[in-house]
Amino acid sequence: MTLYNRRIWRNRIGISLSMLAMSLGLIALMWILWTLFSKGFAALSLDLFTQDTPAPGSDGGGLRNAIVGSGLILFFSMLISTPIGILAGIYLAEYGRVSKFASFTRFMTDIMLSAPSIVIGLFVYALFVVTTGGFSGWAGSLALALIAIPVVVRTTENMLKLVPTSLREAAFAVGAPRWQVSLKVTLRAVKSGVVTGVLLAMARITGETAPLLFTALNNQFFSTNMAEPMGNLPVVIFQFALSPYENWVNLAWGGALLIALLVLAVNIGVRVVFRNKVKH
Amino acid sequence: MSEPSASAGIDLHAQQVRKFWLQDKIFHHATQLFAFVVLAALVGILVSLTIEAWPSLKAFGPAFLWTNIWSVPDDEFGALAAIYGTVVTSVLALLIAVPISFGIALFLTETCPVWLRRPLGTAIELLAGIPSIVYGIWGLFVFAPLFAEYIQPPLQNLLGDVPVIGGWFSGPPIGVGILTASIVLSMMVIPFIASVMRDVFETVPDVLRESAYAVGCTTWEVVRNVVLPYTRVGVIGGIMLGLGRALGETMAVTFVIGNANRINGSLFAPGTSIASTLANEFGEADPGLHIASLFELGLVLFIITFVVLAISRWLISRSMGSEGL
Repeated sequence: MTLYNRRIWRNRIGISLSMLAMSLGLIALMWILWTLFSKGFAALSLDLFTQDTPAPGSDGGGLRNAIVGSGLILFFSMLISTPIGILAGIYLAEYGRVSKFASFTRFMTDIMLSAPSIVIGLFVYALFVVTTGGFSGWAGSLALALIAIPVVVRTTENMLKLVPTSLREAAFAVGAPRWQVSLKVTLRAVKSGVVTGVLLAMARITGETAPLLFTALNNQFFSTNMAEPMGNLPVVIFQFALSPYENWVNLAWGGALLIALLVLAVNIGVRVVFRNKVKH
Repeated sequence: MSEPSASAGIDLHAQQVRKFWLQDKIFHHATQLFAFVVLAALVGILVSLTIEAWPSLKAFGPAFLWTNIWSVPDDEFGALAAIYGTVVTSVLALLIAVPISFGIALFLTETCPVWLRRPLGTAIELLAGIPSIVYGIWGLFVFAPLFAEYIQPPLQNLLGDVPVIGGWFSGPPIGVGILTASIVLSMMVIPFIASVMRDVFETVPDVLRESAYAVGCTTWEVVRNVVLPYTRVGVIGGIMLGLGRALGETMAVTFVIGNANRINGSLFAPGTSIASTLANEFGEADPGLHIASLFELGLVLFIITFVVLAISRWLISRSMGSEGL
């Protein structure tokens, strides 16, 4: 074989392998989604939303308590993490371009983005569950908020960095103080991007299971009391999927489908709606 | 305009400036305080885990890390089996994930038609968005049975008698185990590694690529001899990011690793990882040494992932020429 032919063949093999890798990735995605949809939709019924999680050995049942609990925990964790995340993001973008403290914070935020979520659960257990005397919905919200904050911080900062300097200078030139420039000019200019960040953070924590295991725990009964253990979808899925009861396993698939639909809807929706504004 | 009113105007202006100056100062420190929250959380994790792990740190000392025992009745704890499982599954996951991620990034940046880049890139990113518990139940109910029936027996027949590596494939093909956990983990980290690789590949100046093509290089040669050397640092950063993710992944591993607190030479055998031990035992742990040992496991995990992720971020930011992603 001539050198030329060898090079051509090596190229063909390399490119084919890369296409194979791409197809493997797509197959994995399709396979998981297909399983989830087929098993999940089979488990979907009105009971899922109107009945509470069943006791061991009893028939039927739904996920009402877990859905409501998850909603409450998510709502409060976003309530905590959104303002903290946005203000910290403003600091990094507006004040932190040169400061050592800011670049250190930015670095640590990036690490927190990928930190093991189960360790955050341990932290909140030690900090909150032990001191307040028990598992509670609040502890779950706090744990999820800690995971969401870095996501909000980094997207807010990245969005603010896209604002042209001339816009800031124009606001300064008419005598606006710095805080007004930040809140009323730059933040407003990237409002949709920041909303994207908040939504993505929510999608990220929707399926988080590990940090809820030792914080919100679980509750077999319907409860809206955040000071008590609270049922939530991820932990219910975890417990039910590993159980010997067939109706429990089905409910686990139904719950998994609900979570995945929400996460996928946010991820796809954000990309479609903000296609031109979000830079990846 | 008379003298007094002019100075009153100046006074008013000075007052306004002072007010703004004060407001700005407050705003600056308020935002700084919130940025500080992230740092405080990080330090808080380290401190609180150390405090809670103290009884175990005192009782077992550094030997905790290399003692292979986990006995609740005897109050004897050592982390070796969990550390072994964590490291082996993560490294195997990377061995599978890195070539595939490289292929995906290569395809997305070099050969993919432009109109397909966005949808395919999004599809890979969606893989990262799927919650890990979904990977977990998919792995347990769909992948593990198929793996036990169609993949493990042939692997055993093919490699079971080969010296040294034969032992890796011994034991009953039960589906769940170290190897299954590694494969599911690899699927979870592929999107992370692939997106970092794609992003750093895109930082290669077009002039470099075009020059290489101009002297007659094939696409493969351009990637091999121009793109990869140029982005080496970032690629390693992406791999480390994947490693950091894999080490700390909990739910997907807990479902498929088999949860047996021992070290077995076979990759088909069930094992355990730090994260899955925590997920399984922490809820019902006895107060005292058991719970302290679990906290120490968490501390070990946090320190390992922290170091890996710090190296990864440092490499990626060096490669991208700016801070972070």
